[in-house]
Amino acid sequence: MDFFNQSKIFSLINKYQSFVLIFFLLILLLGLTEALFLSPQDYLQGDSVRIMYVHVPSAWISLGIFSLMALLSILVFVFKNKNLIIISKSLAPSGFVFTLIALVTGSIWGKPTWGTWWAWDARITSMLILAFFYFMYLLAWRVFENKDNVVKITSLICIIGAINIPLIKFSVDWWSTLHQPSSIKILSESTIHESMLIPLILMTAAFALFSLLIFLMKYNTELIKIKIKGLDRL
Amino acid sequence: MYGKKVKLRILFLIVLVLTIALTVFFVLNSLKENVVYFLSPSEVKILSEIKKDKIRVGGMVKKNSININNDQIIFVITDFKNDINVSYAGLVPNLFQENKGVVAEGFLQDRNYFKAVKILAKHDENYMPPELNKKIEE
Repeated sequence: MDFFNQSKIFSLINKYQSFVLIFFLLILLLGLTEALFLSPQDYLQGDSVRIMYVHVPSAWISLGIFSLMALLSILVFVFKNKNLIIISKSLAPSGFVFTLIALVTGSIWGKPTWGTWWAWDARITSMLILAFFYFMYLLAWRVFENKDNVVKITSLICIIGAINIPLIKFSVDWWSTLHQPSSIKILSESTIHESMLIPLILMTAAFALFSLLIFLMKYNTELIKIKIKGLDRL
Repeated sequence: MYGKKVKLRILFLIVLVLTIALTVFFVLNSLKENVVYFLSPSEVKILSEIKKDKIRVGGMVKKNSININNDQIIFVITDFKNDINVSYAGLVPNLFQENKGVVAEGFLQDRNYFKAVKILAKHDENYMPPELNKKIEE
């Protein structure tokens, strides 16, 4: 697997990390301007709608990262590819942080809109379970010290946790929940006005770039750790 | 193509995921009553018994049904098939309006009367600027 040659990736990351940082800051600035100043108030929620521009992208990214980690974990578990596990490990922290951001901003939005900080409905509870899976994954890396065991256990946590992903996605369609169903649909027209869609997309791009940046830094650190330990792989 | 071990690991994963997914499916399916956050007025109508436990009823606030006298707010929750009368004393969220979603938490007195102890506004999936909403209403 020449593609995963670590010294090559190492120098590549160092080269492009600053580009990603600049690109992220640019998009974030643009997204925040759109979200906080240029986009209109909502006809019902007023200015609370602006919380959505952080809440929804965070939720998307956290689901996306976990799905990716699950996919990598399947490959790791089946083919014993230890380079992929480092990618999965490096993705986890930003995924966990975005899950927490989605939960907290949702709570802050819920109080003025619904009239409650928290509701044990299917969407919110399944999102909390996702946060626990991320937490469990990160803890497992510290708890299990035997290298073969830690690779197996963390992959299995991801694969089992992936069952929760469709539950989160479809919870609002399958059960009656306090949380509203998705406004953005793939098959039919979205129920969100264009002027609000622009900041949403920009913020999603900004958060994705931020995750990429944190991932690159974390991945770099993992590679350095491996080098110092004098191992050619994990 | 792949070694025997690889095939065994694939099989293991498939069996593992299937087992857990099936378990989760049956648990959620049999707990459906608890997984749903609220019942619709139509579901209240066909309840086999009226329990004394706290439940939630949700739907739309029927148009021209909000009636405020003294501290009491009386309104009707509808799912456009069946209605249920709700009485409540206390603060309501800002988004509590006629023709908008609502979830009432409280106690069912009979199949047509619900005594709420907490009102939550349910926001729908529509987001638009105020000007556009005015146009739609006109």
